[in-house]
Amino acid sequence: MDLDALAGCLSSSACLVTQTTSGLIIGMLLFLVAVGLTLIFGVLKVVNFSHGAFYMFGAYFAMTAYQLTGSFALAMLAGAAGTAILGLIFERVFMSRVYGADVLMQLLVCYAFVLIFDDVVRVIWGPEFKAMGMPSAFQVMPLFIAGGVVPPYYLLLIGVALVVAIVLGIGLSRSRIGKVIRAAAHNPGMVSALGINTGLIYGGVFALGGMLAGLAGALAAPVRSLTPGMGFSVLIESFIVTVIGGMGSILGALIGALLLGLIRSFGSLGFPLFTEGLMYLFMVIVLVSKPTGLFGKEVA
Amino acid sequence: MMRTRMPGISRRSTLALMGAGAMTFAAPWVARAQAKTIKIGMPTILSGRVAQLGTSSRNAVMLEVEKVNAAGGLAGRQIEMVIRDSKGQPQEAARVARELVNTDGCELMIDAEASSGAFAVHEVARDLGVFCIHTNSETSALTADPKQHIPNAFRTARQGVHDSIVGGSYAAAIAKAKGLKKWATCSPDYAYGRDTTAEFTLYLKRFAPDVEIISESWPKLFQPDYTEVVTKILQAKPQALYSCLWGGDLTSYIDQANIYAMFGQMEVFAVNMADYTALTVVKNLPKGIHSGNRYIKTFPTTPENAAWGDAYKAKYNEYPTNWSWENATAIMLMAEAAKKANSADGKKIAEALKGLTIKCPFGADGTVTMRGDDHTLVGYAIGWGTTIPQEPYVPEVKAGDWKTIFELEAEWKKSKGYA
Repeated sequence: MDLDALAGCLSSSACLVTQTTSGLIIGMLLFLVAVGLTLIFGVLKVVNFSHGAFYMFGAYFAMTAYQLTGSFALAMLAGAAGTAILGLIFERVFMSRVYGADVLMQLLVCYAFVLIFDDVVRVIWGPEFKAMGMPSAFQVMPLFIAGGVVPPYYLLLIGVALVVAIVLGIGLSRSRIGKVIRAAAHNPGMVSALGINTGLIYGGVFALGGMLAGLAGALAAPVRSLTPGMGFSVLIESFIVTVIGGMGSILGALIGALLLGLIRSFGSLGFPLFTEGLMYLFMVIVLVSKPTGLFGKEVA
Repeated sequence: MMRTRMPGISRRSTLALMGAGAMTFAAPWVARAQAKTIKIGMPTILSGRVAQLGTSSRNAVMLEVEKVNAAGGLAGRQIEMVIRDSKGQPQEAARVARELVNTDGCELMIDAEASSGAFAVHEVARDLGVFCIHTNSETSALTADPKQHIPNAFRTARQGVHDSIVGGSYAAAIAKAKGLKKWATCSPDYAYGRDTTAEFTLYLKRFAPDVEIISESWPKLFQPDYTEVVTKILQAKPQALYSCLWGGDLTSYIDQANIYAMFGQMEVFAVNMADYTALTVVKNLPKGIHSGNRYIKTFPTTPENAAWGDAYKAKYNEYPTNWSWENATAIMLMAEAAKKANSADGKKIAEALKGLTIKCPFGADGTVTMRGDDHTLVGYAIGWGTTIPQEPYVPEVKAGDWKTIFELEAEWKKSKGYA
């Protein structure tokens, strides 16, 4: 424990700015993955254990597109669109067959695809680690805000994630499609009886979830190394986020992810040997005091 | 109806004859093959995150075995390699090693495992008495600890303590010249990371006593994001940073530290940077990172070493790794020892190998030696230099001094109770 370092940081604006943004960056990437997970669970009632694979594919698609075109925007688009299509196919061809089956069956199918997707990446891109590299537009000196260090690329990253959070939040609560999705989550039989194609909604939601994870992977690609199996650790943290925030809640995913990011960034100062432990400790506290998560709904 | 028996040879007897003929021709061939070929078993890591290193071990071994076979084999017997994947799991490595000897009939063994697996295979070698060369484990205790010593096992990998002595003295010289007193460390949180960092700082402080470690970070192995570690180090404002992160972890770390402009604010010493697997992957390699040599074809600066690196690249379309030269050296040493013993028998090779010095592209002076008393490789090329973003990546490597290494190693062994 190094509480002096933590106290010292909390009393210095430079340190506060740097650590807070560093927590936001970790949190926002995590949010993009976790919100897809929570969305798919909320509507389809499936725990998508293979969600990390979409994060991985997003990163690989982005890297390939960047190498081919040299355009960062196209790389992000490729990451998001590629995983959306992949998500749609995966849902329609495989996941849709196990909706009625028990949880164990769903988990097994997902886990099988975790292994299959990892091997697909290994076959296409090779087993060794890769790096996309930072686009030259972002290879600039970091900004200094109140003495704290903030890289411009991370500002973009936080901005994109925030926009996604707002669009998702408003879209689901206000738009017609959002209302249909929520209705389908609540009572798919009734929605279907009203002449709405629930299969299409399910496929669409899964594609959206996959796309968000893919976008997170694409955004992370310039700063994280790409390897087969890279989705796994992200998946575990996303599960912690959804458990803390509440399964199915978008606001919960946002708050949970940001809390986790801040725990990491400040925890590494105050409790350098217990940073991981802190995350789990926090999860346990939430589970004990509010088993449905901070924003989860009580199950009737 | 009457069956008429056709004159001449019936189908059945033809088959019998053919069979007998095949037997007479095949039998001596099988016998000859048994006498001629010698199977060498090799457990290594061919899947998972470290697969690239395992594959590069296999490649290097095959490159050298082809040469030995072309020159007549191991004391006249052609080598047949039997290479199996351990998936990087120690218990699997031990099982594979046992199977290679007991079921596949391998008479010799190359143990191309990382440290965790190497200690497991070592116990198998102790149990079965099979001749075994550890090619990849750099953990000093594997050969330095007398409790580990067995007459049939050797090591051709570099040794952690050698690296630390050379790294520590190199870093101390720069620390003194540039006045770098405040240091931070950032290494992966497992045995290798902890031990190597402790040994490095031990020798750094020994050569530059006023160095102070003001911040330590221990990210998890294979952690995807290091942002909180990077910013923590920035807060501590050290003048220099030591790291033994490696592979994809190191390249992630560099990419993430780069956008915080960290490399302009402190001298960085990353022992595992100068390996082609990392050098060729990082897109924006900062200039001036200090690194130990792993495998680089420009050090030692001999035509033999450059030719070896190019031959490997020509055959496998990628550069060799640190594990490649360590495995190639094992085959070179075995071939020489077999020649000296005039036998491919494991016991005789082991006897001939003790204290054997051979010409080798990876030697500091063109030769390497298998030290007799602790069965580990010495005299290999070892040094530190700084990086540039393009080939040759590390233009100048300052070679470590083996005399100093031997002195301090002996002292270190005493302090550990090994000698």
